[in-house]
Amino acid sequence: MANRINRDQVQHVASLAKLEFTDAQLDAFTPQLDDIIGLFETLSEVDTDGVEATSSVSDQLNVMREDVADNWGQSQALLKNAPDAARGFVKVPAIIDESEDN
Amino acid sequence: MNFETTIGLEVHIELKTNSKIFSPSPVAYGADPNANTNVIDWGYPGVLPTTNKGVVADGIIAALALHATVEQHTHFDRKNYFYPDNPKAYQITQSDKPIGHDGWVEIDVDGVKKKIGISEMHIEEDAGKNTHERDYSYVDLNRQGTPLIEIVSKPDIASPAEAYAYLEALRQRIQFTGISDVKMEEGSMRVDVNISVRPVGQEKFGTKTELKNLNSFNYVQRGLEYEEKRQQQVLMSGGSVQQETRRFDEKTGETILMRVKAGADDYRYFPEPDLPALNISDDWIKELGDAMPEMPTKRRERYVNDLGLTDYDAMVITQTKEMSDFFDATVALKADPKMAANYLQGDVNAYLNDNHVDLQATKLTPANLAGMINLISDGTISSKMAKKVFKAITKGEEPKAFVEKNGLVQLSDPAKLQPIIDDVLQANPQSIEDFNNGKKRAVGYLVGQIMKQTHGQANPQVVNKLLMTALQQ
Amino acid sequence: MNYFKQDLASLHADLVAKKYSAKELTQATFDNIKATDPKIDAFLALNEDAALDQAAKIDAAGIQDDQPLAGIPVAIKDNIVTKDLTTTAASKILANFKPVYDATVSTKLTNAQMVTIGKTNLDEFAMGGSTETSAFKQTKNAWDQTKVPGGSSGGSAAAVASGQVVAALGTDTGGSIRQPAAFNGVVGMKPTYGRVSRWGLIAFGSSLDQIGPLTRGVKDNATVLSAIAGHDDHDLTSSTQAVPSFASDLTDAASVKGLRIGLPKEFLGEGVDEDVKNAILAAADTYRQLGATVDEVSLPHNKYGVAAYYIIASSEASSNLQRYDGIRYGYRAQDVQNLEDVYVKSRSEGFGDEVKRRIMLGTFSLSAGFYDAYFLKAAKVRTVIINDFKAVLKDHDFIMGPVAPTPAFDLGAEIKDPITMYMNDILTIPVNLAGLPGLSLPAGFSKNLPVGMQLIGRPFDESTLYKAGYVFEQNTDFHLQVPTLGGQN
Repeated sequence: MANRINRDQVQHVASLAKLEFTDAQLDAFTPQLDDIIGLFETLSEVDTDGVEATSSVSDQLNVMREDVADNWGQSQALLKNAPDAARGFVKVPAIIDESEDN
Repeated sequence: MNFETTIGLEVHIELKTNSKIFSPSPVAYGADPNANTNVIDWGYPGVLPTTNKGVVADGIIAALALHATVEQHTHFDRKNYFYPDNPKAYQITQSDKPIGHDGWVEIDVDGVKKKIGISEMHIEEDAGKNTHERDYSYVDLNRQGTPLIEIVSKPDIASPAEAYAYLEALRQRIQFTGISDVKMEEGSMRVDVNISVRPVGQEKFGTKTELKNLNSFNYVQRGLEYEEKRQQQVLMSGGSVQQETRRFDEKTGETILMRVKAGADDYRYFPEPDLPALNISDDWIKELGDAMPEMPTKRRERYVNDLGLTDYDAMVITQTKEMSDFFDATVALKADPKMAANYLQGDVNAYLNDNHVDLQATKLTPANLAGMINLISDGTISSKMAKKVFKAITKGEEPKAFVEKNGLVQLSDPAKLQPIIDDVLQANPQSIEDFNNGKKRAVGYLVGQIMKQTHGQANPQVVNKLLMTALQQ
Repeated sequence: MNYFKQDLASLHADLVAKKYSAKELTQATFDNIKATDPKIDAFLALNEDAALDQAAKIDAAGIQDDQPLAGIPVAIKDNIVTKDLTTTAASKILANFKPVYDATVSTKLTNAQMVTIGKTNLDEFAMGGSTETSAFKQTKNAWDQTKVPGGSSGGSAAAVASGQVVAALGTDTGGSIRQPAAFNGVVGMKPTYGRVSRWGLIAFGSSLDQIGPLTRGVKDNATVLSAIAGHDDHDLTSSTQAVPSFASDLTDAASVKGLRIGLPKEFLGEGVDEDVKNAILAAADTYRQLGATVDEVSLPHNKYGVAAYYIIASSEASSNLQRYDGIRYGYRAQDVQNLEDVYVKSRSEGFGDEVKRRIMLGTFSLSAGFYDAYFLKAAKVRTVIINDFKAVLKDHDFIMGPVAPTPAFDLGAEIKDPITMYMNDILTIPVNLAGLPGLSLPAGFSKNLPVGMQLIGRPFDESTLYKAGYVFEQNTDFHLQVPTLGGQN
């Protein structure tokens, strides 16, 4: 089998996606993903020189909403759905790395 | 070894819209946690964003204000990363077609003018806010979706002082457009900084570090100054600069290592499929451009060339659009420009500082300031009297009415002043003799006596003229 | 009451004539579901109390002639959010999740006074073609309970086929309405992208997803589509095109005379079952006899659709599903030490294997160093596939072909083999990539299992598909054959 993706890469992708796999799962997953990526690579047979990419097939263009504020009054219901909340905040285990904070 | 410095600034500016960029929730501050949020802001299953037209308009305005080219075929992209204040785990932003590119602003450091390039500016959504306590963090999504413009500089900034000047130029121009308050202390302007140094002559840029926690222009400059020196020392001692993020400590003025960057972040950008692309028409750009207020550089030119202000005065007056507008309106009411500028920089600024208010939040009006200045110019009141009048106009009183009500009218009529002068001279023969003996001091004494007789209302210029005529007879 | 003899029009006539009340109809529907669902397992949740209340209110207000859907029960696929009614997308990560808002289609059905009976099973987050990836139950084919119902709208298709409801909503990202409709011998429409609002549809592949109806007959399908279609301020990709009354053309006067139909040779190629092929060729003959022309045409890049689709759909899905992070709603893992645990454990415990596979594929396709070769390449191949369709539809009114290469397969037969599973979508996927409307309708049988035919039209020309489908229905009896089940049968 061609090695298009190896275990380490699978692990790396899993960490980007915030997923974890056991060794047994990795053993099963890696060749599966490799096969599928092999299928993906058949696209290289298609000549796409000068072809624009399509990212949407909507017929809409330039649709925007007027800048009018409207509070839908959902905050209580939203907080009720949170796995953990306190004093109107959503509560999570402490964030240690603050590097993304503004 | 001689070094040269390269500084890059990424400036986030919060826009003053009514609603969020992709949800109609209000943009407002000081609300209870999560009070201004809806299912979109929480990234609920099945929700879709809707583009706020006002934000796109503001993006165009910012591009125009910063001499950038408006990208007419633009769209949004997703930037993927997990964080508790980022509810969809992607931020809707612009990556490959930012709304503006290739702009510039002019800076002036110690009289040397320089153009600083802006590589691009894009519109995007802000994240919520995390509050950290011991074992837990608390997420408030009120800020989630607040519209931002991110402005990225080209590597043209070569010193911390230039960085400061660039920020000031940026702040002023954006402030004049009215799309943002651009106040760092309130978080409506946020600055990310990177800096690298390299030996003069080296082609490759040095390794850059990022600085965080720079909450004022001063801190930006001080942080950069520290970091510039630190990197130079590292290189001179034979070391190499690490790619890292450092935190500015306001107390010590030093930068402290936060974390070393392991590799590039992988944000997996791709076009946002939920939002149709935008085709910005020439007409829309023109409409927004035509409605844009005159920029501070233009105003400064006008103030110096047409109104005779000094460069310094012109610069101070154009700190904010409100001040500059106020000045223009005052001058339009025939007030003397120099006096108007002096009052705005002096009494008005002092009043604003003492009361911690913005000009637009006071009862001061151009009409009343012009009225007061015109009363001074035509001799109705003295500058000294004007102190009282100024106090009154800060309370919204009309200057002429106030002056009349309080009998502050200056005595300038020679027919009324002459008898008083005659009386004072008659009562002070010694002073006349002193004057004739060359003691100029005597004049001051006599003027004082006349002012006393008139309870301070005599016009000093007129008194002086009449007195000198009488003495020299 | 036996729905197999009823369509929307006849139920409506009975309700107007007060032969029975909406409440009685609703109650009978629940009774029927309770009798048949142990065999079919189509439903994840029933909306019993609220539905009976709503029906009673409709009865009290009276049902007028111009309310063709009033008082008629409808089932909704469980990846469409319904306020106050659990919506799970058949995922553990959303088990017991109560949305706090209604999908636009749900609001529109309520406005049309349809009675929401319950939520139907699906492949987890609509990722699958057999409803076997559901975290909660295994829906069975209405015709043979050892066979898959297709997917991902397997619950909706089986519920309609088994006579539990006359109409259900499904969603279609790569064939998820059309293929289960075909496997269960019912009619399913994947409308033009943008025809129906996606507000409240739990996103899978945002540039591909559409909501559409599953019904027993073509006319019923058209009636429901008119009720749910139209521009929505909540979905900026939804079209502002006017929504016709699709059913009004479906009369005895409807005809395919003079229409030009394209039959792509790639649709009857390798891997397509003989019975399926023969059913489609027979259908082509039927159309010819009715005065249409059927030409062999070519969609040369059709075979690349599967690869392009699995890159694009998985990439979008990997991003869309990042919001299920255990922070604000849904499942949060319990044994967590820190924030990273909340993310990784909640997601790893909350998602099933197929969903994880797609997230991995999508994350990989978008990741640094691979974006150009995978995501961007797929987006360009998408353009090439769109151009293939444009070329054919320039001088053909619509395209016909099979829905799936085979009839329903055995439960458990393919679930372990992702590539085989993915290749099953080869005939439906290109339609989503191009955003075109696709209608699936019964066109034959193979060993007592239904075979479906797919009609693919120009953008926003669902009318022609409905007309052609209706005419076909009028001249065949496949749609009149019903599976044998317990309950009302």
